[in-house]
Amino acid sequence: MTHRLWSFPGGLHLPGHKALSTGTPIRAAAIPRFLILPLQQHIGAPAKPLVAVGDTVDKGQMIAAAEGYVSAPVHASSSGRVVAIEERPIPHPSGLSGPSIVIETDGKERWGKRKPVADYRSLDPSALRNVIRDAGIVGLGGAGFPAYVKLNPGSHTAVETLVLNGAECEPYITCDDMLMRERADEIVAGARIMRHALQARRCVLGVEDNKPEAIAALGEALERLSEREIEVVPVPTRYPTGGEKQLIKVLTGREVPAQGLPIAVGVVCHNVATAASVHRAVERGEPLISRIVTVTGGGVAAPGNREVLIGTPMAELLQESGGPTPAMSKLIMGGPMMGFTVREPGAPVIKTTNCLLAATAAETGERPGPVLPCIRCGECAKACPVSLLPQQLYWHARAKDFDKAQDHKLFDCIECGCCAYVCPSNLPLVQYFRFAKTEIWTQEREKKKADIARERHEFRQARIEREKAERAARMQKKQAEAAAKEGSGTDDKKAAIKAAMERAKAKRAQAGTEPRNTENLTEAQQRQIAEAEARRARAKAENSTEEN
Amino acid sequence: MASTTLSSPHLHGPETVSRVMHRVIVALVPAIIGYVWYFGWGVLVNITIACTVALAAEAAMLSLRGRPLGPFLSDGSALVATLLLAIALPPLVPWWIPALGATFAMVFGKHLYGGLGYNPFNPAMVGYVVLLVSFPLEMTTWILPAGFLEHPLGIGDTITYIFAGALPGGLTLDAITMASPLDTMKTGLGMARTVSEISVGPLFGAFGGVAWEVINGLILLGGLWLLWRRVISWHAPVGMLGALFLMSALFHLFAPDTYPGPLFHLASGGAILGAFFIITDPVSGATSPRGRLLFGIGAGLLVYVIRTWGGYPDGVAFAVLLMNMAAPTIDYYTQPRVFGHEG
Repeated sequence: MTHRLWSFPGGLHLPGHKALSTGTPIRAAAIPRFLILPLQQHIGAPAKPLVAVGDTVDKGQMIAAAEGYVSAPVHASSSGRVVAIEERPIPHPSGLSGPSIVIETDGKERWGKRKPVADYRSLDPSALRNVIRDAGIVGLGGAGFPAYVKLNPGSHTAVETLVLNGAECEPYITCDDMLMRERADEIVAGARIMRHALQARRCVLGVEDNKPEAIAALGEALERLSEREIEVVPVPTRYPTGGEKQLIKVLTGREVPAQGLPIAVGVVCHNVATAASVHRAVERGEPLISRIVTVTGGGVAAPGNREVLIGTPMAELLQESGGPTPAMSKLIMGGPMMGFTVREPGAPVIKTTNCLLAATAAETGERPGPVLPCIRCGECAKACPVSLLPQQLYWHARAKDFDKAQDHKLFDCIECGCCAYVCPSNLPLVQYFRFAKTEIWTQEREKKKADIARERHEFRQARIEREKAERAARMQKKQAEAAAKEGSGTDDKKAAIKAAMERAKAKRAQAGTEPRNTENLTEAQQRQIAEAEARRARAKAENSTEEN
Repeated sequence: MASTTLSSPHLHGPETVSRVMHRVIVALVPAIIGYVWYFGWGVLVNITIACTVALAAEAAMLSLRGRPLGPFLSDGSALVATLLLAIALPPLVPWWIPALGATFAMVFGKHLYGGLGYNPFNPAMVGYVVLLVSFPLEMTTWILPAGFLEHPLGIGDTITYIFAGALPGGLTLDAITMASPLDTMKTGLGMARTVSEISVGPLFGAFGGVAWEVINGLILLGGLWLLWRRVISWHAPVGMLGALFLMSALFHLFAPDTYPGPLFHLASGGAILGAFFIITDPVSGATSPRGRLLFGIGAGLLVYVIRTWGGYPDGVAFAVLLMNMAAPTIDYYTQPRVFGHEG
């Protein structure tokens, strides 16, 4: 049965350069002397360290725990000793450093205790999710969203389709391709577990049709394992078919609503490599401590795919692949369309490192001409997979007219880079859109802050007014009472005061302890006393208002 | 002018502005050959004068504005605009006509608005309209096409006339020129003659003017090539020619004697040139696909209205400028449905 396919707007046919790294099988990369494990390798809150400097750790031991719901733990990729917990360069577009646990490996690969689940069907979905959560599994396609969160459909939503993403549409990247070719069984096993966790009605595995070997291997595995509930569907090769929403559209014909999640249309989408690591975590008890990384580009002599321990410094991985050669002009993590430049090659391979592209100047970077003004040719709009008008967005982003930019659905941009790729004026369009998004986020944060401050201020003003009014009312009441008493009680009062003073004087004389320093004070001293008294009164008043 | 990629994408396709512009120029070559065949060397002289002056004007404006000359002179946009202007001019005009038009197009039509990418009006049409309203006589006098002249002007005669205003012995301007078919039609209709009476004249061919219909065919050829090469999209040309066709068909159906038919309208004057080369100018046109369709329809309607009830025989230039004004609004209201949004 051929599967019906749909299509999304725009997109590009890009030169693939995939054969560069598919000639050799996946090889294991060497264990580095030092593993650098950033506490944040995922979307969400950073993990919290569970070890201290000097601790000995086993391979697979959890060394940092998830903090909060959207977070993921970190495990030791190999056995050794924790030598530092400090800021280290991390692979991030900003080029900043991040807190990391550094392990000096002992080369023994001494595993900690593994607790494989004998039969995943015996676990209920929630227990299964906990196993996956504790294994530190995040989306391996690039975004790094904690996988267990996406395996929880919520109590009210039924999952119709589990989509496994094996499209791998970006040029140069072949890690999923090689995984599908060589470890199709693991993917199928992982897909079964995910289906169980989600209680999904069906499972579709989408693979771009430029990977016939992978499609054949998956088909063969499904046949051999007599798995009829999972279907491999070749999809046309077109960038960015591997985008989550794009692949869901192609495979199911459903459009995930803007700013919405796939679950809104009854779909959950995971990467094929994530499925394989779910299998390893559940059925072998191995947390996510390694991944397949494509090392490719003209900047390495021996491109190929390697199974790399998370935390391996990129520079060592490059060296192992015969690089970097002098021809390398920049190192890109991810693909050439959406990846980012790594400025510090000492940064480690993390859970989301699918590809290291050691690119030569000829391969990337050098644009064919100068940057010219936009001529509104509309090529970008034709290429946009979300049907935006990048030429208009650019105009508004440049003019910092952010309201108009949002009118033109700026936040639906997936930053796939198609627009900038086709732009004859060489405009770095995606950069403008990122800039506009960041500015809007900043403005919104500022606005929120200002709103809170204003509310506070208004509340305080209101309270002060209210207290003033109350005080005035009290005063008036007192005065009115005093005025009412006047006339009748004045003489009595005077007499009473006089009597009291007499009594006090007598008492003092009796005791012989008349205070001496309060009489015959200089004017300055009196003023000081008055000031001190005023201060005390003010402080008292302030304390009492704070208590209010 | 930085050409380093700071962030993704790190790849770029082969397309550049100058490649786009050069394709447009290539697409005009068959039409230019046709012009030379039918109307003599004057067209080439016009093109040479206009392009030289335009490049000089552009260079002057760029240096006044403190912009680099290299990338902007070589982008090809000035050549395209000037070429279109030069083709629209009558083939035998004094030299200062193309020179003035090109200067106006570059200085007022393009650079005073900010140069490439910033001009709200089509520079070629700005130049053309300035000439048309200022020098109506020169701008509506066409040399007779080949076959109607006993002694076609040689290249030397043409240059002498253009620069010195002198014709070879015995010839007067009136003897070798006439009004364009659109002009003839308009004048004729104004004198209460019928369409069929007017179009029996020797200058009228199967659809439009004898030479014009062939040249328009060659322009169409270039336009179709641009479509095929995906330099332009179908929306604007189809919108404009469709609207012009429907309007003229409708009126022709009711009163064939007062309203010439759709083929006459398409094959005479600047309709085809306008549809494939002028309103497809991305800078001054609409930019969304639906917007381009609307832009074309608007231009087609205006062309018909101006030709039929307006004061000028052809209305392409005015129609384009009027629609240019509407382009931003059209764009705002014709944004495509974004993925994941309700329609």
